[in-house]
Amino acid sequence: MSSPTGILAFGAYIPQRRLQRSAVFAANAWFAPNLKGQSKGERAIACWDEDTVTMAVEASRDCLTGLDRTAIAGISLASTTLPYADRLNSGLVKEALCLENTLTANDQTGSLRAGTSALIQALNGTAPQLVVAADLRKARPASEGELVQGDAAAAILVGQADQGLGEIAATFLGSHSVTIDFVDHFRSTSADFDYGWESRWIRDEGHTKILGGALIEALTKLGVAGADIDHAIIPIAVRGVPESLARSCGIKPGAVRDSLSSVVGDSGTPHPLLMLAAALEEAKPGDKILLAGFGQGADVLLFQATDAVARMPEQLGVAGHLARARQDTNYTRFLFHRGLLDLEKGMRAEMDEKQPGTSLYRNRKAVMGLVGGRCTKTGTVQFPRTEIGVNANDRSQGTQEDYPLADKIAKIVTYTADSLSFSPDPPVYYGAIDFVGGGRLVAEFADCSAEDVEVGRQMRMVFRIKAVDHARDFTKYFWKAVPVQKGDA
Amino acid sequence: MAKGIRDKVAILGMGCAKFGERWDMDADQLMVEAFNEAVGDAGIDVSQLDAAWLAVAFDAVNIGPSGIPLSMALRLPNIGVTKVENYCASGTEAFRGAVYAVASGACDIALALGAEKLKDTGYGGLPVRSRGTTFDMIGVTGSAPGNFAQLAGAYRAKHGVSKDELKQAMAHISVKSHANGSLNPKAHLQKAVDMDTVLNAPMIAEPLGLFDCCGVSDGAACAIVTSPEIARSLGKRDLVTIKALQISASNGWELQQAGGWDGSYFHTTRVAAAKAYQEAGITNPREQISLMEVHDCFSITELVTMEDLFISKEGQGYKDVLNGFFDADGGLPCQIDGGLKCFGHPIGASGLRMIYENYLQLLGRAGARQRSTPPTMALSHNLGGSPIQNVSAVAIVGLAAA
Repeated sequence: MSSPTGILAFGAYIPQRRLQRSAVFAANAWFAPNLKGQSKGERAIACWDEDTVTMAVEASRDCLTGLDRTAIAGISLASTTLPYADRLNSGLVKEALCLENTLTANDQTGSLRAGTSALIQALNGTAPQLVVAADLRKARPASEGELVQGDAAAAILVGQADQGLGEIAATFLGSHSVTIDFVDHFRSTSADFDYGWESRWIRDEGHTKILGGALIEALTKLGVAGADIDHAIIPIAVRGVPESLARSCGIKPGAVRDSLSSVVGDSGTPHPLLMLAAALEEAKPGDKILLAGFGQGADVLLFQATDAVARMPEQLGVAGHLARARQDTNYTRFLFHRGLLDLEKGMRAEMDEKQPGTSLYRNRKAVMGLVGGRCTKTGTVQFPRTEIGVNANDRSQGTQEDYPLADKIAKIVTYTADSLSFSPDPPVYYGAIDFVGGGRLVAEFADCSAEDVEVGRQMRMVFRIKAVDHARDFTKYFWKAVPVQKGDA
Repeated sequence: MAKGIRDKVAILGMGCAKFGERWDMDADQLMVEAFNEAVGDAGIDVSQLDAAWLAVAFDAVNIGPSGIPLSMALRLPNIGVTKVENYCASGTEAFRGAVYAVASGACDIALALGAEKLKDTGYGGLPVRSRGTTFDMIGVTGSAPGNFAQLAGAYRAKHGVSKDELKQAMAHISVKSHANGSLNPKAHLQKAVDMDTVLNAPMIAEPLGLFDCCGVSDGAACAIVTSPEIARSLGKRDLVTIKALQISASNGWELQQAGGWDGSYFHTTRVAAAKAYQEAGITNPREQISLMEVHDCFSITELVTMEDLFISKEGQGYKDVLNGFFDADGGLPCQIDGGLKCFGHPIGASGLRMIYENYLQLLGRAGARQRSTPPTMALSHNLGGSPIQNVSAVAIVGLAAA
């Protein structure tokens, strides 16, 4: 019998800010009083400098904590909100993660089911694959989607034991899929927003018949009784639906996983994977985990946790991200960051951000991967690499080797909070930081407020949008520093 | 070290346009305004100029490329005109070109002119601009106040100074410069302010408030230099000569070497100052320098520069500030003309404006703001870039006999 395939590692990313739904409802109640029922709880919102790619990178880094990235043979990025229609988005994630050039990469899109579909594809192979899903969906102000949705990403590393990536935490027991062009909502390639049909019809014909049917078929096919499922992940953000679907296939009510609706929102494509990561964080050896994805049909996957699930490396995960939520009631800032409110930005925002493709390609390791240089002669670390090293006592030339800095902790040397420079999230914090082990960088600080910055304070690096060239619709990425918090590895 | 240029070059004449929001003038008219004063002071004809150096920092909103705009504005007689740009130290860089030309004997009489037309940007502060394709991918563009504000936290951390104490010292600097500027008819800002106004002003870049920042201005300043022998032959008697002229440029050590520079001072200023004192034969600058014009783009810059010029002991500069040592009637006045803070900061002109003030003061021609104790040796410090990556220029001029 061939070696089993399964989940080697998992990780999550949830942006720090939690927009209070009550604040959204209060602003729009004059127009949409019918949304009162959705006005409880909070939803995760990405900052202006985050998108599907940056969130995918952060979830992947969480997933790959402590693992040898050179062993990864493939990457899939699943999303319905990929920033580029023709530029391999998973290739961007690959560069940020400094994965090997010799890996396969593909973008999976077209449905909120793309995350589970990508996972099935990877699990049906044998090579170690990183499956990451992220979405940053836009919803019209005063729409239900604006309240129900949330921004997040999740990553699952799939493979076999003895591939240099640790033990299998959950064994893949099989899957079942159906594909039916059920248009509960759609978004054409040129549109910003979803167009959705009546929720009662979606519930009856979609959730109950298509997904409910697929769940029953899957359990039958895989020879597992519903009552044996310990974690049922049914990522439908309609109250009562997951419970009702579980009941009809014999799954215990207590096995139905919380949909994270009240604390994250429905993150779309990554949501099944996000809930899977949350389940794996709590799973006990032997637990059976049922994972569903819904969108123009359904995917159902079955896993069983192994003994290794109790020995996963320290990482932030879903629980860690939930613990560091910052409540936010600034609805107009959210609208501005989503491009839904056209604030006067002033002349300082007019700088041309044109990116020469040539220089980005030459410097892609430094820019996308935050790879600096280390002099093999003096040991001096610097960013970026240069021909002649920075060490004042040794004009060593051509002696530098690649030295990745993205996962190094740094300390603030200098800082300011700049209210003059244009920033979508003023004031903009930045300063010089020294990495532990060497290397200095003048970096922008993200997810930061006045009490977070002081000389000597510890920071860690995150992958973010540096600027957007609106004239040519090109996003420029680079690394920023965020304050180290309790729980950071 | 090289022998240097001490007393090899004399200032024949200087001029300075009125700095400020010169809505009425283009850059070429500002150049003419500064030049007319300088050439009148020098008592020569334009045909006697052998070469010229032009300093401008911001091309896009200014005069465009090459030295031709100066040649055209002044209708120079087809002499060589070199345009220089070295951040905000460009003015002293142009001066260096002209002075070196005379010192080498290549020129008898040379011109240095700095000009900047900044008030065509449409907003206050310096223009937001690219710093090259590589920098734009990995650097923080930031603002000038944001870059210089970072000195404050690092200085506090190093010397154990409280936020309040440092803010008080910074405010004292701005109040002092406003008081000085109020006596200067060419200054951009001629209104005195009090401590409360400064301390309670809106924040620009933590901890720099509005009054911790110099404004940007339109303006031009000009120097005509020659050898002391030619100056005397042209009838000049009280000669102001160049004692030292040093420029130091960062090589990336501050920017890239972890654990080296601590963010609280200007490495290049210390290098340039030490060389300048050696060139000028100065062993005790606190006693031997009579006046200083420094690059007070921000109050905190002036404060740490007092230490980097070896006037105050490291970590003690804020105490000298609070004690009034640098006030107009203090032990060693700094910015007696109002400084960048109030005279204004038309980038390319600023280094020459500082030398202009020192020249006037040395000759006793500074009017209402003339220093009571007759100065003999005056220093100017002209800085470009940001604390972590910069060009620092130190020029010392003095009475020929000093």
